[in-house]
Amino acid sequence: MSQPIDAAPAVPSHLEVSDEVAIEISGMNKWYGQFHVLRDIDLTVYRGERIVICGPSGSGKSTLIRCINALEEHQAGKITVDGTLLSSDLKNIDKIRSEVGMCFQHFNLFPHLTILENCTLAPIWVRKTPKREAEATAMHFLEKVKIPDQANKYPGQLSGGQQQRVAIARSLCMKPKIMLFDEPTSALDPEMIKEVLDTMIELAEDGMTMLCVTHEMGFARQVANRVIFMDAGQIVEQNEPEPFFNNPKSERTKLFLSQILGH
Amino acid sequence: MSQGDHSVAFVRHDPLPPQAPPVSQAGVIGWLRTNLFSSIGNSIMTLITLYVIYALLAAIVPWIANGVWDASSIRECREQLQGVNAACWAVIEERWPQLVFGNYPPEHYGRAVLAFVLLFVALAPVLYFGLPRKMLWFTGLYPFLAYWLIWGGTLWIPIMALVGVVVGFVVFRLLEEKSFFGAMVAALAAALAFWIVLTAPLAEALAGVLPLALTPVASREIGGFMINFILGTSGIALSLPLGIMLALGRQSTLPIIKMICVIFIEFVRGVPLITLLFVASVMLAYFLPPGTNFDLMLRVIIMVTLFAAAYMAEAIRGGLAALPKGQYEAGDSLGLDYWQKMRLIVLPQALKISIPSIVNIAIGLFKDTTLVSIISMFDVIGMIRGPILSSTEWFGVYWELLGFAGVLFFVFCYGISQYSQWLERKLATDHR
Ligand SMILES: Nc1ncnc2c1ncn2[C@@H]1O[C@H](COP(=O)(O)OP(=O)(O)O)[C@@H](O)[C@H]1O
Ligand SMILES: [Mg+2]
Repeated sequence: MSQPIDAAPAVPSHLEVSDEVAIEISGMNKWYGQFHVLRDIDLTVYRGERIVICGPSGSGKSTLIRCINALEEHQAGKITVDGTLLSSDLKNIDKIRSEVGMCFQHFNLFPHLTILENCTLAPIWVRKTPKREAEATAMHFLEKVKIPDQANKYPGQLSGGQQQRVAIARSLCMKPKIMLFDEPTSALDPEMIKEVLDTMIELAEDGMTMLCVTHEMGFARQVANRVIFMDAGQIVEQNEPEPFFNNPKSERTKLFLSQILGH
Repeated sequence: MSQGDHSVAFVRHDPLPPQAPPVSQAGVIGWLRTNLFSSIGNSIMTLITLYVIYALLAAIVPWIANGVWDASSIRECREQLQGVNAACWAVIEERWPQLVFGNYPPEHYGRAVLAFVLLFVALAPVLYFGLPRKMLWFTGLYPFLAYWLIWGGTLWIPIMALVGVVVGFVVFRLLEEKSFFGAMVAALAAALAFWIVLTAPLAEALAGVLPLALTPVASREIGGFMINFILGTSGIALSLPLGIMLALGRQSTLPIIKMICVIFIEFVRGVPLITLLFVASVMLAYFLPPGTNFDLMLRVIIMVTLFAAAYMAEAIRGGLAALPKGQYEAGDSLGLDYWQKMRLIVLPQALKISIPSIVNIAIGLFKDTTLVSIISMFDVIGMIRGPILSSTEWFGVYWELLGFAGVLFFVFCYGISQYSQWLERKLATDHR
């Protein structure tokens, strides 16, 4: 995919991270019944950060980022997104969700709507944007993900990579401040992974705050300013990509990296 | 095929023109051979089937074709037929108004026919999305217009009923921002209050100023196929939205709502329709305050609607269950609220999946409207079994009359079924 950058600073210098807080998670715990999925999560994400979250399957990565836009409920601790405290108040939840975009492993496009309608649905109904304007915005972002010519097709007529790029465009149409990605490339055939990663890299260069659960370590090296390793519901280690990959501190991280990077 | 074969010296560059298939495989003979006479057993089956079809047609076709159309009683028919076994269609011709309109005053048939024709205008934009959306305004007005045309009386009653709807809508829009569900309940309450308290006096007062009245027709004068049609269309039209609400309620995370929906659905599904109809015809009178005049037709429409709604709810629940969880999550993550998510994402897909079962229920409901003949309403079957067959002129003309009723139902049910197949094809967007 992308060549590992060994000597150079891992974070491209033109991608500034501000000191404004985008997401603040403190002392967060979550249980599924008796099962303690997330334990004492503390995480502060600054505006403009690009964080890659990795870890073995079942370690709670998806659950963590799904808590941020309240797709999952947390039982203890505080999550503040863009200054709004996440509580059971539906108004707050809807506000946060409209500020936070999310891309799923299986795209989850709406099959009964055209690509354009997929992209304009939420702006029209949630943001109350006039239809014309929403369509213009949608076309802008479809051009950005390089599929404006598919606008009037249905999702079922597109390849997986195209569908995932539409899903990214659909989220961007809401002009989110933060984007969450849950393994966006792991359901794709290898030849389509690059087109999706390229789209995500461009997004990072535009200064989007991003949290990506992914095992694309090339992407992590090239784009991330921080890599987080999770295991058994805990954040085990976090660091800038270069020291993270070259000098992992914990044994569990070393084991995981040796497995995922292969031999 | 013409490239890459190194062992061959000459390679043809132009494709050969296709040869005509051998005669034994072509056209009708080929088709017959492969489909009907492919083996001895198959050939025997084909011959037997052909004979059975022939025998049936030989018995039925002359009976239909040689029928008598011009007679005023079964006796005249028999005289004309002189012992030939054939139908006596004259009964249909002579009793046509009774079969279709019951005792509806003949001078007002035009009103009923107009309501019938306008129904298709009202349905058109619902059934064919390509038509201008503005036509839906007429669809919204149609129930009130149809009520006025069929039952007559002053136009102010349906207008006030419509105003009640508007009142409910205004209340809904005012409260919608706060909570969609709360707004719906408040809107329903406001509309009901308006109907119960204000409709009658307001309509009376306005009618005093400007009558705008048609000759009133009582429900008991309506009969024949018209009853089946009114019950069928209003039952289907009302039970679909009610069924949707029940299906959503059954999925609700609010335990009370969920419990109410489950109990309702399970209770109604466990009771035969005819029982509900008896309840409507006799029992409800006990529960209603004395002196209330609650039209039997309205009671039956309510029962038929509740009955069909329970089945609709289950059909739609199947569609809801078939939707992947990711669709809900995608809607959530975009910030859509519950009702937007349901209306824009979940229901369009769930209803599409449930179309075959919904149509099944609609057709079943339409045919079940004939059960009202048992609670002594004179629908088309009630008409045939009662006044027509027991008259001295047409005593014993079962086959013609019941055959006619069957054809009538078949035409409409087949139409519904064809439409639904067209709709399914049209909505197939996902696997192209
Ligand atoms: N809805 C659920 N109910 C019960 N357990 C769940 C549920 N969703 C996930 N889990 C469990 O929580 C753990 C973490 O899941 P997840 O966050 O999806 O892991 P990851 O994304 O890191 O692979 C897993 O052990 C999984 O089995
Ligand atoms: Mg996961």
